[in-house]
Amino acid sequence: MIDKLFFNFTRFSAFLILVIVAWIFVVLFNHSLEAMHAFGLDFITQDQWAPNLNKFGAYAAILGSVLSTTLAMILAVPVAIGVAIFLSEIAHDKIKSFFGISVELLAAIPSVIYGMWGLFYFVPIIRDVFGGMGIGLLAAGIVLAIMILPFMAAVTRDAMNTTPDILKESAYALGGTQWDVIKDVIIPYAKAGIIGSLILALGRAIGETMAVTFVMGNVHKVPTSILSPMTSIPVTLANEFTEADSSLYFSSLFGLALTLLVMSFIVIAIAKFYFLRKTRRA
Amino acid sequence: MTAVQKRIIMNRIALGFSTLSAIIALAFLFWILAVLVMKGVNALNWNIFIFEGAPPGYAESGLKHALVGQLILVGLATGIGVPLGILAGTYLSEYGKNSKLAHTIRDISDIMMSSPSIVIGAFVYAIIVMPMGHFSAWAGAIALAIIMIPIILRTTDDMLQLVPQTLREAAFALGAPKYKVILSVVYRGAKAGILTGVLLGIARVAGETAPLLFTSFNDNFFTTDLNEAMPSLTVTMFNYAISPYEDWQQLGWAAAFILSLFILGLNIVGRLILFAGKRK
Repeated sequence: MIDKLFFNFTRFSAFLILVIVAWIFVVLFNHSLEAMHAFGLDFITQDQWAPNLNKFGAYAAILGSVLSTTLAMILAVPVAIGVAIFLSEIAHDKIKSFFGISVELLAAIPSVIYGMWGLFYFVPIIRDVFGGMGIGLLAAGIVLAIMILPFMAAVTRDAMNTTPDILKESAYALGGTQWDVIKDVIIPYAKAGIIGSLILALGRAIGETMAVTFVMGNVHKVPTSILSPMTSIPVTLANEFTEADSSLYFSSLFGLALTLLVMSFIVIAIAKFYFLRKTRRA
Repeated sequence: MTAVQKRIIMNRIALGFSTLSAIIALAFLFWILAVLVMKGVNALNWNIFIFEGAPPGYAESGLKHALVGQLILVGLATGIGVPLGILAGTYLSEYGKNSKLAHTIRDISDIMMSSPSIVIGAFVYAIIVMPMGHFSAWAGAIALAIIMIPIILRTTDDMLQLVPQTLREAAFALGAPKYKVILSVVYRGAKAGILTGVLLGIARVAGETAPLLFTSFNDNFFTTDLNEAMPSLTVTMFNYAISPYEDWQQLGWAAAFILSLFILGLNIVGRLILFAGKRK
């Protein structure tokens, strides 16, 4: 009796997660129907976002998400790979565990704090060096890059650490330098894992709200330069959700949320299923 | 230059680049930490724990409302998320095992773990805030719980699988029913691991801002009413930081410092528990 009850409890909880995910999609879809009917495909191809005219085109926000994450990836990937190589191959054991733990702890710091730091300390530097307002694409890209760096470095290092020592030792025995071993043994061996980790970090960056809300500017315009203030999907949601006054406005915001969810679901699923299949980790 | 020399030089360049990037990364991150600690320590004083929010310029303003609100929100989320997460993880490890269904649930919850938290805020807004007609602490806690469940689920699943099969068989041989085996043998064996998972899960949701923006919203005053908007450290921090008032910004940094200490503390304790468990 109790046995059956316990089993059903656990089964119910496990199914709940599937139900919640499906429910999220259904709810977001239902609420964005009005905007879909009103705008159709224009919703993602038009860049005019004008609540006063009841016209909502999400192109600028979608582009903003894509551009800011791309910039963040360009900045963060080389550094993250460098850090991962340093942590897995170069550093001595003591430095390794010190660096390793601090990187993991930094990954735990709430992203809103990265955003605050960006606003108060980094934006003024950009303003002084490049002119303009300081807030915008460049600031968002850099803050985002710094925010995902610890996570990205940690997972990339884990992927590199899966290389069996015996393979590395064989390469050293053939007279390879450390760099030879890294580029000809470790990187080829862990390639899928490394790419998967990078894409996983990309998936996190797309949905990141708080680190960029401060420094983006929330301006619904297609940016003309890297210094232009702009917006992204999560930034728009964070800034406008509690201000929406018409049902079409709300519906458009739900449409944005759905777009974001689909984008990040696809990215994360690619990372998980295509690249990380073999290296299943916790 | 011989080929060997070339390779040696190449080696130096590559390793130099890698070390340099580690230094750059750490420099930025320590810069942030230094700012956080200096600003935070500067802004800390007893008033913060005694007074609630006040208009800018008021000397007697503090963060009591946000501290208590944060504890309530995270506490409620833990109360909802931890049991569900542990039970679901138990199903995967003890009943579902390698079935197709169990793998699907694992994959979906992995994806959930990395999906945008602001979308979960929008979802909870649609199912709870809209029908109720107002923001509430319940909505915020449920949003946090949804983020927490996949984390707890995965660590529980992993940790239960580490418990040796022979222990279970021994208990079965004594005639124990399955639920008893799970409750008094498997859970006991995986205690440290599950506890670590719970602590890391709490640490993760404690830093979330985005899902609270339009669920528990914010309030500048002390409240314990779960049916009303409830202040949290993260949203308060956000609002104070974008305000033009210097004293509010100061309070924002104090909130950031307190929250970071709390989260780092949970992370360190969680790791220590796991470490102590492994050494035994």
